[in-house]
Formats: sequence, C-alpha cells, structure tokens
Amino acid sequence: MSAAPTILPRSRVGTFADRLRAGDQFAYTLTLVCAASIFLVTCLLVYELWIGSALSREKFGWNFIFTSTWDPVREDFGAVPFMFGTVVTSLVSLLISVPIGLGAAIFLSEMALPSISDTLTFLIELLAAVPSVIYGLLGIFLLVPVLESVVVPVLKGTLGFLPIFSGPFYGVSLFSASVVLSVMIVPFIISVSREVLLAVPVDQREAALSVGATKWETTWQVVVPYAKRGIYGSIFLALARALGETMAVTMVIGNTPKVQTSLLGPGDSIASVIANQFTEATSDMYISALIELGLVLFAITIIINGLARLLILTTGGRVAK
Amino acid sequence: MTRRSSLTVFAALCCLGLPAFGQISLTGAGATFPYPMYSKWFDEYRKLHPNLEINYQSIGSGGGIRQVTEGTVDFGATDGPMTDEQMKAFREKRGCDVLHFPTVLGADVPVYNVPGVATDLNFTPEALAGIFLGKITKWNDPELAKANPKVKLPNTDILVIHRSEASGTTYVWVDYLSKISSEWQTKVGKGVAVNWPVGLGGKGNEGVAGQVKESANSIGYVELIYAAQNKMSYGRVRNSAGNFVKADLASVTAAAAGVEMPDDFRVSITNASGKTAYPIASFTWLLIPEVIKDKQKLDVITGFLHWMLGPGQKFTEALEYAPLPKPVVTKEEKAISKLHGS
Amino acid sequence: MRNRRKIVNIVMLSLTGACTVVIIGILLVILGYLFWNGARYLTVDFFTKLPAPVGESGGGMANAIVGSGKLLLLAVLIGVPFGFLGGVYLAEFGTGIFPSVVRYMTDLLNGVPSIVIGIFAYGVVVARMHHFSTLAGGVALGVMMVPIALRTTEEFLRGVPQSLREGAMALGASKARTIATVVIPAAIKGIFSGMMLDLARVAGETAPLLFTSLGNRFWSPGWDKPTSALPEMIYHYAISPYDEWHRQAWAAGFVLLTLVLLVNIIARQVLARTSHAG
Repeated sequence: MSAAPTILPRSRVGTFADRLRAGDQFAYTLTLVCAASIFLVTCLLVYELWIGSALSREKFGWNFIFTSTWDPVREDFGAVPFMFGTVVTSLVSLLISVPIGLGAAIFLSEMALPSISDTLTFLIELLAAVPSVIYGLLGIFLLVPVLESVVVPVLKGTLGFLPIFSGPFYGVSLFSASVVLSVMIVPFIISVSREVLLAVPVDQREAALSVGATKWETTWQVVVPYAKRGIYGSIFLALARALGETMAVTMVIGNTPKVQTSLLGPGDSIASVIANQFTEATSDMYISALIELGLVLFAITIIINGLARLLILTTGGRVAK
Repeated sequence: MTRRSSLTVFAALCCLGLPAFGQISLTGAGATFPYPMYSKWFDEYRKLHPNLEINYQSIGSGGGIRQVTEGTVDFGATDGPMTDEQMKAFREKRGCDVLHFPTVLGADVPVYNVPGVATDLNFTPEALAGIFLGKITKWNDPELAKANPKVKLPNTDILVIHRSEASGTTYVWVDYLSKISSEWQTKVGKGVAVNWPVGLGGKGNEGVAGQVKESANSIGYVELIYAAQNKMSYGRVRNSAGNFVKADLASVTAAAAGVEMPDDFRVSITNASGKTAYPIASFTWLLIPEVIKDKQKLDVITGFLHWMLGPGQKFTEALEYAPLPKPVVTKEEKAISKLHGS
Repeated sequence: MRNRRKIVNIVMLSLTGACTVVIIGILLVILGYLFWNGARYLTVDFFTKLPAPVGESGGGMANAIVGSGKLLLLAVLIGVPFGFLGGVYLAEFGTGIFPSVVRYMTDLLNGVPSIVIGIFAYGVVVARMHHFSTLAGGVALGVMMVPIALRTTEEFLRGVPQSLREGAMALGASKARTIATVVIPAAIKGIFSGMMLDLARVAGETAPLLFTSLGNRFWSPGWDKPTSALPEMIYHYAISPYDEWHRQAWAAGFVLLTLVLLVNIIARQVLARTSHAG
C-alpha cells in the first residue's frame, strides 16, 4: 500500500514555485472540499442517527438491545428479535455460501484454465450486480415454491429431528431469507477468495508438489492456509453485506418479530422492520426506536467491515490485494 | 458522439423535470383499506381536470396520520380515527386542527386459504379472538367445527397473517376484537399497530392478501375489495344479534344505519347492533389540515371533496364499498367550509 | 494409503468443480426464469402508459421509467463531481493524515446499509423540506454513489505512470494543468467505466427510496414531488395479490435487469481492456 509520492516534498517546492500558480491552489482547494464532504456526510449521518434515536435511547437505555418486546400500542420497544433475525439469517447464509463459494474459488484459481476461469468469474460477478429487489421477486415466486415443494420436505424427512428444522413451514421464513442471502453474497466470496488464492506464489505450490503431495493436498494444506486471512476477509465482507441487506430479505422473511429455534418459522430483521415501518410509525417514540435500530445496524456493519478490512490489509503485506 | 447523446438525454430529462404549465399536483398517503377506491377516484378526477394530479400512496393508516402531522403530505388517510393525543400532537406541530372527512364505508373480512374447503366458513367472535390470540391453533378446533357443521375441516395448523406496519385495517380489526373479547382488550389492546400474539406480517392489504394466497392453511384480514378482486374465500361473521353475516354492500350499510355521527366524524361502527349489520365495518377518513395556506391546493381539495361526496359516490359500489349514508354526506358538505387559507 | 489419497484428491477436486457448476447453474436459472417471464409480459403499454387504477388491468410504468431516469440523473450530479474530485484529491494531493481519514470514512460510508442511508436522507431532506421528493431520492442515491466513485477515481489515477506527470511538469505545465490535461485523460476510460458500474448499482436500489421519493401513480413534474421508480414499483407489485401486477413486476424486473447487466458487461469489458493495456 505504499502510496506514490505525488506532491513534492516541502523543501523542494521553492524551486518549482513559479509553476505553482493560482490554478494549483484552486484545484487543491476544490478537490480538498470534495474529499472533505465524505467526512462531513459520514459525521452528519451519525449525528442524524444519534439525535433521531435520542428519545428511545433515553427511555430504554441499554435495555433496548436486551429486550424482545415490540409493542407499538404500549410504546415498549426492544431490538432483540430483529437482531436475532439479522444475525441468524446472515450466519446461516454464510454456512451455505462459504463452502460452495470457497469450493468454486479453489476450482477457478487452481483447476480451471485461466481463460475459462476469467469467463466464469466474469459471469459470477454478474450475480453480484443483480439488484436486491429482483432477488426478492425471484425469492417470492421461484425460491419459496421450490423450498416448499421440494427442499423443506426433504430436510424435514432427513433432519427433521433437529430443532432448527422443526415446526410448520409457511414459505416465508428465516430459512428462505438465508437462502436468498447466500445466493446474493456468494459472488463476493468467490471473487475475493479467488484473487487471494491466485496471489499465492507459484513456488509454494511447486514446493508441495515436489515432495509428493497431491494436487488437493497442496491446495488445502499449503495454498489455502497461505491465503487464509484474505479468505476470512472475503467472508467478513460478505457478512457485512448480508447484515445490511434489506429488500430481498423483507420480501421473504415473514415480518414477524420473534426469537425461535426453528429456521422454518417466520422472523424479521433490523433492515426489514425499518423498511416496513419507518414511514408508518405513528408516535415519536416509535420512530425513535426505529432510528435506534438503524443505529444498531450501522454499528454492527461498521464493526464487521472494519474487521474485514483489517484482515485483508494485514494479508496485503504477504499476498498482494 | 457519446458526449452529444448524453447531453441530449440530459436535456430531455431536464425538460421532463420542469413543472408542466398550470399543472397542480397534490400528494396524499395513508390507509390501504380504501386504496382501490381512492386510486379510482383520483384517476377519474384527473380525467375531468387534466391539470390536476392527486397522487395517493397506500403506506398504511399509521403512515397517513404521521405524514400529515409532519406535513410531508397534503392530506392523510386513515381507517382508525386519530386519537385525542394524536390530534393534540398535530395542533402542536402544525398550529391548526386536523379534520376528518369520511369518504366511504368498508369492511374487514377474514380471508383464508384452506385447501379442500370450498364453501364460506362461519366465524364466531370467539373463534376469531381465539385464532388471533393463538389459542385456537387447528382448523378443526371445536369452536370452528361447531359453527361449520357441514364443512369437513382439516386437522392442520392455522397460520395467522397480520399487517407488518401500522394500519387502519388492523385498527378496525383489533377495535372489533377488543369489543368482543376482554382477554384481547387487556392483553393486546387496540391501535394501528399492536404486539401480535401470533402470526406473521404482510405489508399492506395487498401484502396480507398476497401472503394468504401464497400460504396454505392461512387466515388473515383484509378490506373486502382485496378479497373480492382476488377471488379469495372470506367468511361470515356472527354479529351481535346472533346472525352469521357476510360482508356486502347491504350489511355494511346496515352497520352504519344506526350510527350517531359526532361533529368531528370520529366514530367506530364495529360490532354494530342491527340484525343484518356486518360487525367489522368502518368508515374510512381523509385527514385534512384545517388551514391550507396554498390557495390553489385549498381549491383543489375543497373541489375534490364536493365531487367525492356527489358524483364520486357512484363509483363506490363497483368496488364493493358502501356509499356514505345521506345524513353523513349533508353533514360533511357543511364541514368542508371549515377548511380555509391562512 | 496411496490410493486413499488419490481418491480424496479426485473427490475433492471434483467437488470444487461441482460448486462452480452449482453457482453457474443458479445464475443461468435466475437469468432464464426472469427473462422468460419478463419478456412474456412485456408490452408496448409498459413503456408508454401510466399505471391503471388498483385492480384494473392494463396500464404501464412509463412514469416509473422516467422517475428512475430523473433519480439517477440527480444521483450522478451529486455522486460524480464529489466522488471524482475527491478521488483526484486523494490520488494527486493526498499525503498526510487527513487523506487516510477520508479514505477510511469512504470505506465506512460504502459499507453503510442502504436502508440507513434512507433514514439519513429522510432526516436531512424530507423532514426539513416537508416533502417526499425526487430530490430526496436523488440525494440518497447520490450519497450512495460517492464512495465508490471516489475510490475508483483514486485507483485509476494512481495507475497512471509517474513518468507522464513528470514529463508534463518538466515541460512547464502547472500541477493543475498536468492533472487536467495529462493524468485524467490517461485514466478517463477506467474512471468512466467505474462510474457506470457505480450507477448501475444504485439504479437497482429500492430501500433508500421508500422513505424519500415514496412513489407516485402519475407523472412527477419538477423535482419536489414524490416520484415512482422501477425498483420501487417492482417491490410494491411483487408483494401485491394482483396477478396483473405480478406480470408487470416481472416485466419491470426484466427491463431493470437488462439495463443493469448491459452496463455491467460493457463497463467490465472496457475495464478489462484498459487494465491489459496498462
């Protein structure tokens, strides 16, 4: 990450003084202002969330994130069911997408010919470009019927004894939301993991192969561990995206704020309750609680994003971006 | 080349962005219960006055109350009248009162999707309260079986579907449940959004109807028109006189027949007496600030209200809403004059 | 023992291939299903008519198409200048602590869920102006565009060889002139493509529009009225009970996805070629 020195060291500016005209000063100031706007917008965003949630923060304090009632009539609000839904759907989606994504990334970096690998990666990255609302549309009319008629009966038949697959399935559920999310985040995992795998030096592979390791052993015991941190980073990035995802989730999750063991039941997530209730909430306290949910979501995604970047950055020293 | 074409696109978009000459547009938001009716009215009204566009967004009654109070829309719409506290909040924020104008009568109906059941089911008040409290969980529960002796009800779990956002349809529904079940009243209460004991949420009447259609063994509540337009089965409900009544124009009109209309038009007609009255009926209201500073907008709104109370009422029956009773219309005509500019 | 290792080798490697096939299969199913449904329900009316009253058949989404266009225009007007100039700052003037703060903030803002950006735009624009409006929606989308526009610009400017800058400065050009006439033109293709990708991304955003541009069944003249947009219409129509609306949602999904994918394919091709050339 060594930045090219693009501005001349102060000591040598003098010799170029005649070239630094008013235009330079203007360009500097203009671009500085634009860059600073990012800073201002982010601060303003935090300020809006902080001020907007004041009522709720004062009334509920830390209890907000530890209680599970969501009662607009009595104005008693707690974030637990939504945090539960957000975290569970995101984690389950990782359980589905990480093995598949990592497998595909290994195939694309270690097995496929470069030209085929590039083409397939290009196609997979297109999946990431599909708008969230279209995933929701497909979720309602394609995924849910398939889950209902094929997948869930099979799951119940084989793994039905597990509490997470107990209870009736109504189509919309935490599980449906997780599946949609996993399709949405898998391109990120593949794309980033493939890059870090490709960046592992060839001599690492050759060394392993030369002592008699099979291709798979080389990949799994040498290449993957070498790129481990980058892969973790890709997973965290995907997680951050899953946590904040709104439309596709709200269309298939069932919008029911409750904490439960079964994945087949309906749930709700932070992003989707905001989407559903923000313009409709009647009292100031209600709005304030919703904004505080926004604040909670903001905090969670920042932490996860920060971890992801830290992991990718620290790997950056060894494996180029 | 790309630069020129992008300039053309830019110019074209800018033109579209310019307000057309003399074009007046108003925005309203709120109840989804009368959405098909309002959408039809505003479409018809635009045909009569091509320069007027009244945009109505069905975001839910809670949204109607909130957004008109915030002043982000020109008028709101709700099926649950504003509470005294909400009226007070409005006065504090906007410095004037808000007026309720009833527009039509509608009914909440229990819609269900039970495979194998083709006939209309009968629901007792106890059955509805039990289902929505989560006490009755099977379709062949004795309470349901007793009221439907001729129907073979399956032994399947009932899936309750309610609204995910603050809604007037919900208000009417829980207002009814609060009147007929003391347990409901103490445990859940009434409001545009409540803490549901069971079930999952759909967004808007559209969303609940869509969800019921997509889910087997489900039951939800929607405004009559949503059941009718989507050819969904909906049940009869036993009224306070002991008769099972299906929601239709006659039974909804009958519910409003005996009503004593107060001056501010805020009235509940759920669980109405009357032999043929449908028990889960309601007026639905437009919420209009008493003071509308913009003269043009004031004229549009008063013009529309007069039209709505007159010729507009004849569009109601095609959409399964009941027209307002004559005395209410007369009373409202007078109330329109309360609206004024600064 | 050796056999077992060989079998594991073959099994695991085939599994990775299977994973790839599954993903590509999902992509094909998604595209196939959407295009099949969408193309079937696409009519001329879709592009030319306003939505019909609720529950009546017919009507189109002409206003939503124009609405999306206007929202994106605003997003570009906000996102591109700030992102571009901010990127120039980071790449050409950025040394010291402040630029790394900006860079950090940019990544942070990029990670903010779109629904939270919606709350922000509601608080800053809608609540202050007392109107849902095209403007508010455009601001929300514009804010979402800035981080990527900024980082893309920075990245491509950094890719310009230092020798080009030195050459221009040696000929007596000022720094500003060097940037404007030598550095930016050298990177413009990549920057433009990156911006197009950025635009395609926000074109499909729905969540921040729900509280800002709200929706509209009619045309939305000017910039201070609520407006509909394609993604918002898809959402409302998809969750509705009307079959006619479902068909229109598919048609709208088809149109939106076609545009987004076209932009993606073209921009990515351009990007691939520039990076090979560089």
